[in-house]
Amino acid sequence: MSELRGIHTLWKREVKRFFRERTRFIASFVQPLLWLTIFGAGLGSAVHATLGFSYQEFIFPGIIGQTLLFTSMFMGISVIWDRQFGFLKEILVAPISRISIFIGKMLGVSTDSMIQGMIVLMLGPLIGVKITLVMVAEIIPIMFLITLSTVCIGLILASYMNSLESYGTIMTFVNLPMFLLSGALFPVNNLPPWLQWAVYINPLTYGVDAMRTIILGSAYVSPTPIYVDLVILLIFDVIFILAGTYAFSLRK
Amino acid sequence: MNMIETTNLTKKFGNLTAVDSVNIDVEQGTIFGLLGPNGAGKSTIISMLCTILKPTSGTALVNGYDIIKQSAMVRKSIGIVFQDPSVDDRLTGKENLEMHADLYGVPESEKRSQIEKMLDLVELSDRSNDFVRNYSSGMRRRLEIARSLVHTPRVLFLDEPTIGLDPQSRDHIWSYIRELMKTEDLTIVLTTHYMEEADKLCDKIAIVDHGQIVALDTPHSLKEKLGGETITVKTQNNLLYMEKIKEAGIAKNTIIAGGEVKITVDRAHTILSQVVDTASKNGIVIESISLQEPQLDDVFLHYTGRGLRESGGKELSGMGAIRRRQIK
Repeated sequence: MSELRGIHTLWKREVKRFFRERTRFIASFVQPLLWLTIFGAGLGSAVHATLGFSYQEFIFPGIIGQTLLFTSMFMGISVIWDRQFGFLKEILVAPISRISIFIGKMLGVSTDSMIQGMIVLMLGPLIGVKITLVMVAEIIPIMFLITLSTVCIGLILASYMNSLESYGTIMTFVNLPMFLLSGALFPVNNLPPWLQWAVYINPLTYGVDAMRTIILGSAYVSPTPIYVDLVILLIFDVIFILAGTYAFSLRK
Repeated sequence: MNMIETTNLTKKFGNLTAVDSVNIDVEQGTIFGLLGPNGAGKSTIISMLCTILKPTSGTALVNGYDIIKQSAMVRKSIGIVFQDPSVDDRLTGKENLEMHADLYGVPESEKRSQIEKMLDLVELSDRSNDFVRNYSSGMRRRLEIARSLVHTPRVLFLDEPTIGLDPQSRDHIWSYIRELMKTEDLTIVLTTHYMEEADKLCDKIAIVDHGQIVALDTPHSLKEKLGGETITVKTQNNLLYMEKIKEAGIAKNTIIAGGEVKITVDRAHTILSQVVDTASKNGIVIESISLQEPQLDDVFLHYTGRGLRESGGKELSGMGAIRRRQIK
């Protein structure tokens, strides 16, 4: 009971801090909008494929995935902030287990990412993607599965870093490959074999594919059935949550 | 009854022995001071008592609970104010305390009244809904003290509670601590390298150096052990005056330093008249006279062989802390 209360209060803190950061909040949906409109329209006009959907529609689920990934990774930095500003100490000496601390933080950051993802999802109609309520209901759980993995990756990296600068550098090295090799912007089944493995070990690949299956419907021929996507995502989540809990319990 | 008892508490970091077989007892309802230069091991002792660090060997009881085997119970029994700031400056003062209450499982029914009471104590009630980033460093410190008390701990650890604060804020914090001792059933352990702070607040002081306790007593007895007070007299004929004082046999020690005669005596207040008489009887004109009780600085110097002020690193980390507060 007291552990649950601890998790709740840690979650609440993350979400409160998130909403108070207005500039980042605004910037965070401007960026996906730029990708969708400028990049999507620009490259879309050069790509002439007759697939039953536009290039913008094709990258739309990818941009949702990107938003989830970037927000999760960015919010992982809060662990370093907390350590540098001493607040982590206050949490670490509280009579609450490390597992609860990790779960509270994870759920908090996940909520932040989910909110960002939802905002991008609502941008869909602007670029001509039809969003139905059923779609929203189906996509939310997928977003949640993606977020858990990406948040844990961010928190694990952050728990091993001591400075904001080094986390920033590492973040770029993780963010871009994960984003580019997830099928967010182009189909990944024609990539050279040496790049294929990177696609397969990327949780985002399965998340983007699952969302695309739902958003584009029957026009989209998915390389993997949606239930396979979801099972693999779930396995990734379990692995990363365990790894994250372990990383947190080691750090002083 | 002892609130804290340590038995051969030891902490090693590699080859370095930071804390070396420390045995201290802290009586309930007292303020216990750990005094020492930087790197003496004060913070390490506190960290072990707070269950942040595991001792290499030895153990301790806090509020009757073993710090190794019953760390969860120890954590519920204690409140901590860290040396470096540890409040979330993007939350309001009140939110910081609410979060603390939730983390420590303060019953919902007591939560609000307890938070209000503590905000009141540190005079932050009217600013409780402001973001902490708009607080001064003194206010942040006060907030941290309030926070550490929200879950009504039995023992309060204050690690350099007034470091980097201006004298006025320091005075405030001292008065809160005294107020607390009157109203709450509390035992306080504080580390400091301000002699004045230890002298004014503590019932007992342990002087820590190189991880060991080199002296442990009340501030009064520590000073007394040094041997007496000093009467400093400036006359027009210091040499003659020193002779006469020695002849009178009232002083333990008499020297001339810096153009003044320094007379060490046991009870300065009763001997003072004799000191003046000796001068007037011999026709020596006194230009100035002053009386000085031994300072804890002297005690510290006596036991560790160096003055506290020589260790400037702490101040630096204090300044660093302030700067960090300002960075946001």
